[in-house]
Amino acid sequence: MLDGILAPAPNENLQADASPIQTTATRSTCPYCGVGCGVLASPGKSVSGDPAHPANFSRLCSKGSALDETLGLDGRLLYPMAHQANGALARVSWDAALDEAADGLRRIIDRHGPDAVAVYLSGQLLTEDYYVANKLMKGFIGSANVDTNSRLCMASTVAGHKRAFGADVVPGCYEDLDQADLIVLVGSNAAWCHPILFQRIMRNKEERAAKVVVIDTRRTATAESADLFLQIAPGADQALFCGLLVHLAKAAACDDDYVRRHTEGLKDALKAAQTIAPSIEATARSTGLREVDIASFFEIFAETPRTVTAFSQGVNQSAQGTDKVNAIINCHLATGRVGKPGASPFSLTGQPNAMGGREVGGLANSLAAHMGFDAESIDRVRRFWNAPRIAKREGLKAVQIFDAVARGDIKALWVVGTNPAASLPNANAARAALAKLELFIVSDNVASNDTINGGAHLLLPAQAWGEKSGTVTNSERRISRQRAFLPAPGETRADWSIFAGVARRMGFEGFDYRSSADVFREHAALSAFENDGSRAFNICGLAKLSDAEYDALEPTQWPIHAGERKGRARLFAEGGFFSKNGRAKFIAPATPGLATPLTKDFPLRLNTGRIRDQWHTMTRTGLSPRLARHLAEPFIEMGASDAGRFGVEDGEFARVATPYGDCVLRAVVTDRQPPGHIFAPIHWTDETAAAARVGGLVAPFLDPFSGQPESKATPAVVTPVRFARQGFVLSRKPMALREGLWWTRVAVAKGFGYRVAGDLQDGDWADIIRAATASDDVIQFIDETRSLLSGAAFVDDRATLIWALAPYAPPWELALELFAREGLARSERLSLLSGRSGRQIANDGPLICSCFGVGQKKIEAAIAQGCRTAPEVGKATRAGSNCGGCRPEIERLIKAFLAVAPSANGMTATQHA
Amino acid sequence: MTGLHLFSSREKIVVVGAGMAATRFVEELTNRAPDRYDILVIGEEPRLAFNRVLLSSVLAGDLSVDDIELKPRHWWRAAGVSTLSGRKVVGIDAAARRVVLDNGDSVDYSKLLLATGSQAVRLPIEGAGLPGVHTFRDVQDVEALSRLEGRGARAIVIGGGLLGLEAAYGLARRGVDVTLAHVMDRLMERQLDAAAADILRRLVEEKGVRVLLNANTTRIAGSGRVEGIEFADGRTAPADAVIFAVGIRPNADLARQAGLNVGRGAIVDDGLETSEAGVFAIGECAEHRGVCYGLVEPAYEQGRALAMRLAGEEASYCGSVVSTNLKVSGVSVFSAGDYLGQGDARRIVCKDPRMGIYRKLVLRNDRLVGAILVGDTSGAADFLDLIRSGADISAMRDDLMFGAPVQKAA
Repeated sequence: MLDGILAPAPNENLQADASPIQTTATRSTCPYCGVGCGVLASPGKSVSGDPAHPANFSRLCSKGSALDETLGLDGRLLYPMAHQANGALARVSWDAALDEAADGLRRIIDRHGPDAVAVYLSGQLLTEDYYVANKLMKGFIGSANVDTNSRLCMASTVAGHKRAFGADVVPGCYEDLDQADLIVLVGSNAAWCHPILFQRIMRNKEERAAKVVVIDTRRTATAESADLFLQIAPGADQALFCGLLVHLAKAAACDDDYVRRHTEGLKDALKAAQTIAPSIEATARSTGLREVDIASFFEIFAETPRTVTAFSQGVNQSAQGTDKVNAIINCHLATGRVGKPGASPFSLTGQPNAMGGREVGGLANSLAAHMGFDAESIDRVRRFWNAPRIAKREGLKAVQIFDAVARGDIKALWVVGTNPAASLPNANAARAALAKLELFIVSDNVASNDTINGGAHLLLPAQAWGEKSGTVTNSERRISRQRAFLPAPGETRADWSIFAGVARRMGFEGFDYRSSADVFREHAALSAFENDGSRAFNICGLAKLSDAEYDALEPTQWPIHAGERKGRARLFAEGGFFSKNGRAKFIAPATPGLATPLTKDFPLRLNTGRIRDQWHTMTRTGLSPRLARHLAEPFIEMGASDAGRFGVEDGEFARVATPYGDCVLRAVVTDRQPPGHIFAPIHWTDETAAAARVGGLVAPFLDPFSGQPESKATPAVVTPVRFARQGFVLSRKPMALREGLWWTRVAVAKGFGYRVAGDLQDGDWADIIRAATASDDVIQFIDETRSLLSGAAFVDDRATLIWALAPYAPPWELALELFAREGLARSERLSLLSGRSGRQIANDGPLICSCFGVGQKKIEAAIAQGCRTAPEVGKATRAGSNCGGCRPEIERLIKAFLAVAPSANGMTATQHA
Repeated sequence: MTGLHLFSSREKIVVVGAGMAATRFVEELTNRAPDRYDILVIGEEPRLAFNRVLLSSVLAGDLSVDDIELKPRHWWRAAGVSTLSGRKVVGIDAAARRVVLDNGDSVDYSKLLLATGSQAVRLPIEGAGLPGVHTFRDVQDVEALSRLEGRGARAIVIGGGLLGLEAAYGLARRGVDVTLAHVMDRLMERQLDAAAADILRRLVEEKGVRVLLNANTTRIAGSGRVEGIEFADGRTAPADAVIFAVGIRPNADLARQAGLNVGRGAIVDDGLETSEAGVFAIGECAEHRGVCYGLVEPAYEQGRALAMRLAGEEASYCGSVVSTNLKVSGVSVFSAGDYLGQGDARRIVCKDPRMGIYRKLVLRNDRLVGAILVGDTSGAADFLDLIRSGADISAMRDDLMFGAPVQKAA
């Protein structure tokens, strides 16, 4: 089998595919969320949306639009590095690095067995990377301890899909969001996390009057645009959807024919639902929602055949995430709304290639290509790979891997393209465990992060987005090419090539790939191998692509059967599920509840999640000055009543503590948060902030089916923190900030921005400034009456350091603008000190629209001039007219304006003029 | 002297001195009470009163002597004021209410105002009397110094206060090789803190003036005329001219001879009246509450206060908040009040040394008590008002330093 696929001449020094430096724009796929938008990219130019890509049809969100600002080589790992006798990491050759990895793994396997080894992967790896890693571990090392950060993200959906459909299949496609008459968003802040899909939904709402229901514990930007917002209690989603199932049955809204022909288990599921939520009243009690709102939701759901229920981390990141997924799917099965145009349950994936990883089977509880650890599958894959030592049982899942490291059971760990010491729940414990490893390999494209600094022995430099080449799969099963348009810097290599190199040095056969196309063909061939239709994932039609065809591959949905080049947009409209009997299964969910009760010491629920303009641990988005302007600092959101109760002031700081760790974050008091619930973004790490590694706060309680942790409901407490001074430092060079100082690094144009706070004496602040100042040309402003310190240092006429410290947060917009200039005039030097400019530049308020750089004040001015809708504001200011991700915020500003000026009818309103 | 006897019907005021204080007083009084007094102004200098503050501009060649005349002759005539130039008052007979002139004439008065000003101090050191040693006080001084121009002359100005700086700058403008020797460790130490003085020194040096600090002059060398200068620390410097700008001494001899109470100057009360009823003193010859002012602003305030009293208005003089303006092109310096701000004072400081800008405000209990402005003196008048009024500034604290648009210094 393999002979036909593999080329004979291995050359591990070959830099992946032929080095591609092109003059015309390269079609590729965005590296951020699971929407998987097509982009057009070329070196030195801004990245634009691909008009031909069916995910986005040329639109890009703020993050995608700023990709060109993230391509610098600052902080990149460019050469293999190995731990030396003196404890430091030093550059070594690839030969030495791969030998060390191979010898180390071999030694540990020989001494402790294959299960002493684990590989922890990333949803940002390409499918080809996943494939080779999975093959190496499960096929040849012989352990299924292969898991991925997708475990923290989508595992509950995978488990829910498998239970309901017999396979991990998303039944619908993005067009359903255009065609639905009702879109229910559950636990999804799509406006921020899947902006392009959210814009499709909004367009549907505007053009087809589709209704949008948002179910969330937070009043998110997404909720702002809802026709009906259900601010549900955490952990109560099953109750709501059980109540819905009961209602659908009562209201005779079920598709009895579909249920009879294609499903089983409705009776039991309904019985369970009737126990959990027998009535609207009971549902209201369990969910904390008003009966009238529940009734509205149930009614519109029941009467709208074209309904899409889209769900994301609010559902998945739960100790009952799998049951939540199934509670949702139950309602779609009952109404026959599965895989039909405009009617489907729809999982919105968080990462660019979590789906690819799932297809490969790069997870501890699947073997490969939608096959599990049944004897038949093991035998089939063993034969395909020619892998006699193939793993025969499930491995350890993400959190379990690190527990096993802590216990000493896992002695060799290879972390690839992810930062578990920041992103895992109970991340402090995970980081501490790393010190116990005998062999700790990290493949990454950064030279420093929390995980690497946890004591990596061997660093392997990987290619980054724009340099690597392969495929990714988005939330609608669409396989798209990520293509290189930049030369690979330093000695970086494709991840698949690194895995293959180690595999060959360990003496394993079947890793002689010449290119990602080779890997992809093998992956496609495995999906088709002895696939009689019982395995959903089948891309047989792509198994014989030539290199040129692979390179030119158009975005394509799977399955793609033999002889096909195009896949299917939807599945299961006519049944055909992948269970043994071909029927979908209703699942009776467990009684809703959260994994941990609140206590006297930890009386609040900590929710965690993403913000609009950052991505994961900011290794890429954190480089973009434009993106940093939206929300520059790690923060904790809480409602006014909780802030009052704990003495926290808006704009000051708060210490957030859980039984697992604590952080110090900027306090944001907001009506987005209901009483008792606080929210912190996940993006900041020890690389970007002093005390904001939120993963260290999160409880490690897992869903019993998916192993996904409950990342959104950790008991917590907040205490106010006040610093004598806070402010910022803009520097041309990275600064080393001392212990005890609160800081966060912010991307700024032409340098490094730091927001700082602390109780230092004037002299200590001066020392910090002086240490960073490399010039005698220093200007200063000192106000002893208000404890203000600001200043700047210049080389020639260019500001090389700008700082401002005050008892409150001093504005920095003007400083940012002047810092970006190559030279400053005399009057501009002084305006740096005053924070004022003669011509009122920059002070446009907080940035709302990242795409066009429009601030709040400008938008408020447009509203005061009479703009009453987001599109009108867009016409007047351009804000919100590109990605649209800020439109909910614009609408919020309009609402706020109308609230204070109820009689404002446009031109006469002057309050905000 | 028939003219002196023409106006006997009105009360007669004799003003001794025709400088800035006298002129301001006459102007104020004739405005307030145009017909009440016969006024005679007796000036020692042959010229009309001139604006001493602008002498440095004349030295610098920016203005001519005529340009700095305070009031033209016809103004004096129109105001009904008699003037007597080139005459010196040599005695006062207070009992007879009469002054005696240097030509032997005498003039009766009803009220007498002494506005005799001050004279420049020469250090009592060897060589201080040599030809080529000047002061910087009168038009004659300026004319003598102006003759240094164009000969590659080397001048040493002794004294780093306001006057010395202006003299040094004026000479530098005329192409003279100028050294400024100051005994203290910083320039204008009575008006500036160290940081401001440091910027000032640099700016002055950029104008072509060599500055020597901690330079205690011990001797002026020369046989027959100035040839050089020696300092206590052994440093020496060659010189064709030496200009003393080390301070002033009130011209109080006349008052002393008349038996008035005199300290450094003629001692006056809050009504500007000396120990002798009907005899008043203002300006640099006067000593009020122990202070002899050497600046024009207090003299003007005294002149105004006295004019108001003599016009029959309620007025008294309670001392001046001193402010200083250095007028050197491109080097604006303003200082007022408690410019150091030690103890419980709180300071607001803004500095850009490279651009020659230093601005410091001193506050105490939410009140502005002092200020130094170097390079950018915008807002100086407002700050002076705030210092003088003692108004609570807490409401304007945010705007205090940067409220005025940041102006380009001249």
